[in-house]
Amino acid sequence: MTEPSAAGQPRRDGGLGGELNRRLRGGVDPRGLAVVAAVIAAALLYPYYFEFLQDVPLIGDFIPGVGSMVVMLVFTMMAVGLNIVVGYAGLLDLGYVAFYAAGAYMAAWFASQQFEQWRFHLGSVGISKELSGLHLSIWIVILLAGLFTMAVGILIGLPTLRLRGDYLAIVTLGFGEIIPQFVRNGDNVFGFDLTHGTFGISPIDSPGFGKTLSDATNELLPLSYQQSFDRARWFFWTALVLVLVTVFCSVRLRDSRLGRAWIAIREDETAAAAMGIPLMRTKTWAYALGAFFGGVAGAFYASFKAGAFPADFYFNISVFLLCMVILGGLGSVWGVILGGMVLGYLNVEGLATIGTKLQQDAGIDFDPTKYQFGIYGLIIVLVMLFRPTGLIPERRHKRELEEGVQDDTLYGTSQ
Amino acid sequence: MNAGDDILSATDVRKEFGGLLAVDDVDFSVPRGGIVSLIGPNGAGKTTFFNMLTGVYKPTAGRIEFADTDVTGKPPHAITELGIGRTFQNIRLFQHMTALENVLVGMHARLSGGIIRSILRTPGIRREERGAAERARELLRYSGLRGRDDELARNLPYGDQRRLEVARALATEPKLLLLDEPTAGMNPQETAAFTDFVAKLRAERELSILLIEHDMKVVMGVSDRVTVLDYGQKIAEGTPAEVQSNERVIEAYLGAGAASA
Repeated sequence: MTEPSAAGQPRRDGGLGGELNRRLRGGVDPRGLAVVAAVIAAALLYPYYFEFLQDVPLIGDFIPGVGSMVVMLVFTMMAVGLNIVVGYAGLLDLGYVAFYAAGAYMAAWFASQQFEQWRFHLGSVGISKELSGLHLSIWIVILLAGLFTMAVGILIGLPTLRLRGDYLAIVTLGFGEIIPQFVRNGDNVFGFDLTHGTFGISPIDSPGFGKTLSDATNELLPLSYQQSFDRARWFFWTALVLVLVTVFCSVRLRDSRLGRAWIAIREDETAAAAMGIPLMRTKTWAYALGAFFGGVAGAFYASFKAGAFPADFYFNISVFLLCMVILGGLGSVWGVILGGMVLGYLNVEGLATIGTKLQQDAGIDFDPTKYQFGIYGLIIVLVMLFRPTGLIPERRHKRELEEGVQDDTLYGTSQ
Repeated sequence: MNAGDDILSATDVRKEFGGLLAVDDVDFSVPRGGIVSLIGPNGAGKTTFFNMLTGVYKPTAGRIEFADTDVTGKPPHAITELGIGRTFQNIRLFQHMTALENVLVGMHARLSGGIIRSILRTPGIRREERGAAERARELLRYSGLRGRDDELARNLPYGDQRRLEVARALATEPKLLLLDEPTAGMNPQETAAFTDFVAKLRAERELSILLIEHDMKVVMGVSDRVTVLDYGQKIAEGTPAEVQSNERVIEAYLGAGAASA
């Protein structure tokens, strides 16, 4: 595992170590900060200039509208959340869709007419107070969904995170199937209609700022997104804020005591435990935090689509999200954002656009959306062959992937 | 020696792997502030014994007490938290972390940063992290790794990797330090320097040290007491001089008949 190097001088590493240690001090690189600020500003203003971009010849047809951007951002948010589990802590989770589903159904339960037998309103916007069912403000629901999913994550994590590597992947795969199955068949849980089965639950209430804030700002802030003329824009800005919060938390965690512990576990579990890191607790936190962001994304997306349907929660989504993480670069937050946006775009409208273009301009009758998972698979194969560390590699991880990481059990025996 | 003076005591500790008896009812103790060596031929059960002390393995039977607390079968992180630090026979550093980060991981149990406070990066957390980094740098210097803070662990020369393992173990703030063949693979100069370092550790840091070692020069040089294991059994115990002249020990190392020859 080690190469005893005879030379007294260690190889220099292009300043990587120095950079990693600078992160510890919370040091910020001013140039990096400027780039981040510019990207955020460009993103915030997107609704105001995307139409001009769409008029540009050649590329214009490939510029996504604001509505598509919302979906891309939701996927990106989940990819960044999954990256905490897979990228930081090195736990291969193939069942992330379960958290997405749990979040969506939290919104469906607490912001729709599903439970007609009750009537409870708390900060609901844009609907009659006489409407039956539970109607909490979407902002509260989103937070509740995150916390609920986190609890689900801990519940699933405690028994499964004792497993390593492949075994963990298989069990999480199982849970990723169990929850959607449960949702599909949950219309008769001991006689109680919990999920409305394959029909799903809709409509789900919309987010909004409510009457008081809306009136006070002269309707600059919409009372309810769904009823606003700027519906797509407001969902877009909200999604963007959620992504930014996710990224912020994710970066801060990476550079914290907990983040160090995750990386240590990824590198060598036995040594990490011997350094006083409680393996179960630390891994469960990674899992639970990943779940939190999945739940928030699920609840927000359900509110955007105004419904939660079991057909949205197939295993494919878990793999799709994992593809985003791998394409972008395991453990690299910026890479994962890029991976999420690229694959999200192809999924939402990119492939369809390409299909139309092929048909119109080249006369080729080929519809790439029919082969979408084949195409994503091909992308991953190509990435693995030509750029195994992803589009924007995490610098630390880059070396691991290029040289392999050692993680066998102590002396090859486990008990 | 009465029990109150021992920082670590193991009573009738036994480990079976299926049909293999790796450690056979061994009694063992480390006096407070002492340096004890555990020696024996390859496969004698030394490392298995070590792994029971640190919680990697659960003993099949017997009891282990550390600082008057029963630690039998406790998980490794809990034992580290109580104050047993260790190194590994085959170096197990976090290869893709810097020397400084490795030491900081060692401080895990001594720091408090939780999720919410880490995300908000409160002044308290900033202070804690700054203090930790400062102590980590100091430990690196103390362990002879001056100027290596920013080096990735895997890029350090072999001797420095061994030193970094010790620095990382010291970061857990141990009362008892377990070193598993720390000089394996070192050249004579490095070994001599390391032996001095071990003596210095005890003198300056009020540590008790338990050493697994094959190099007899090291063992005889630093140990107060030596315990010899063979086929999982304790065959001798005493001062280095006593053990050196013990017939069973010579037999175990050189084969039957060697003692009388």
